[in-house]
Amino acid sequence: MLDGPLIPRNRAIHPDPYDPGYKTSVPRSPNLPLLSLDSTPSEETGPTFGHSRLGALDNNLILNWTRGAAPAVGERILMHGRVLDEHGRPVPNTLVEIWQANAGGRYRHKKDGYLAPLDPNFGGAGRTLTDEYGRYQFLTIRPGAYPWPNRANDWRPMHIHISVFGHSFGQRLITQMYFEGDPLIPLCPIAATIKNRAQLDRLVAPLDMAASKPLDYLAYKFDIVLRGRRQSMFENKPEGM
Amino acid sequence: MVQKLDMLQETPSQTAGPYVHIGMMPTYAGNAGTFDDEIGTSPISDGAQGDVIEITGSVYDGTGWAMRDALIESWQPDAQGKFAGQDGADPNVSGFCRFAADAESGEFCLRTVKPGAVATAGGTLQAPHIALWIVARGINIGLQTRIYFEDEDNSNDPVLARIEQRPRVDTLIAKKTGPGQYRFDIRLQGAGETVFLDM
Ligand SMILES: [Fe+3]
Repeated sequence: MLDGPLIPRNRAIHPDPYDPGYKTSVPRSPNLPLLSLDSTPSEETGPTFGHSRLGALDNNLILNWTRGAAPAVGERILMHGRVLDEHGRPVPNTLVEIWQANAGGRYRHKKDGYLAPLDPNFGGAGRTLTDEYGRYQFLTIRPGAYPWPNRANDWRPMHIHISVFGHSFGQRLITQMYFEGDPLIPLCPIAATIKNRAQLDRLVAPLDMAASKPLDYLAYKFDIVLRGRRQSMFENKPEGM
Repeated sequence: MVQKLDMLQETPSQTAGPYVHIGMMPTYAGNAGTFDDEIGTSPISDGAQGDVIEITGSVYDGTGWAMRDALIESWQPDAQGKFAGQDGADPNVSGFCRFAADAESGEFCLRTVKPGAVATAGGTLQAPHIALWIVARGINIGLQTRIYFEDEDNSNDPVLARIEQRPRVDTLIAKKTGPGQYRFDIRLQGAGETVFLDM
């Protein structure tokens, strides 16, 4: 049974917490090493969310802000994929949340003062539960790139923010999906916090023509892998046995 | 060459960014009504058993500035030490909460019940604690830590016992400031840096 402690995080695949290229990380990264320990029930259990809490349009960002009254402006896309664990097993019935800028690169957030206008028909947030095979999908518009204060002329590539729960609090993950072919990806200091280019490539969603719908939307596929658990087989033997 | 291990790698993390609230706490972000039933608004509902407490604090960056944009998630068992979904768990304790630093003061407040003690798989009893996960702009991978309580016996807790520099244990212990009131500050960096966990 894979119900032992969580497999320790391989920090080498993750971004460096401290990265002078991403200036805000400089005062917001711990100086001292993390305390590494086997997980306990606090990390091995986690909240669950039922279908009853979701609205019918929660995973349709084209329509959910206006409750279906009018569609958002922009290029219609389907974002879809699977949530798996490190053993390759699907993670069913887990909450996936996304948020993003509108087609012009502006967020519906009181702190975002970018020149691009708000779209009255676009909120920019969605959520869904994975199905029994770990699959999820969102209908949305392709977000615009946007400038941000870091170095004098930094721009974020087109991206969608993603939050995934998994089945235990220790699996909690937030990441970003980028789009195949975006020339801003190699210029972005936030993307570049991931030092291994092959790992960054895992955040770039390919165009998926097979899942696109003729005369309606293009599709991008984005699979997400969460931490798995070790076997617990020998866990209960007393020390020294 | 050797055989391939049939394993996948975890998806790399990226910062939650400055606009995380529109996705995870839309009402706080000024977008009330985004979802009919927002999750994590409270870890308890009316009738929860145990002591209702309030934990107030701030998340400080390396310059000592209370961050205005930090978002925290908490996860805990009920007053008997049972997590939601386990047999006999208090139906009025979901155990999960999302809370944010106030945009003006930088202070957060978590209102919940005092959690019960939970044993590890090996049978060691842990002192009562609340697990936290902190994200914000500039935090490239979410930070795990725990809130313990000054008025509990923390002397045999297996996690606290592993902290080599004993004065740092104090960074994980909420201080009692009044009846049912605690203070818990989080320092990301520098003097008094909070112990962050990799569990
Ligand atoms: Fe963004």
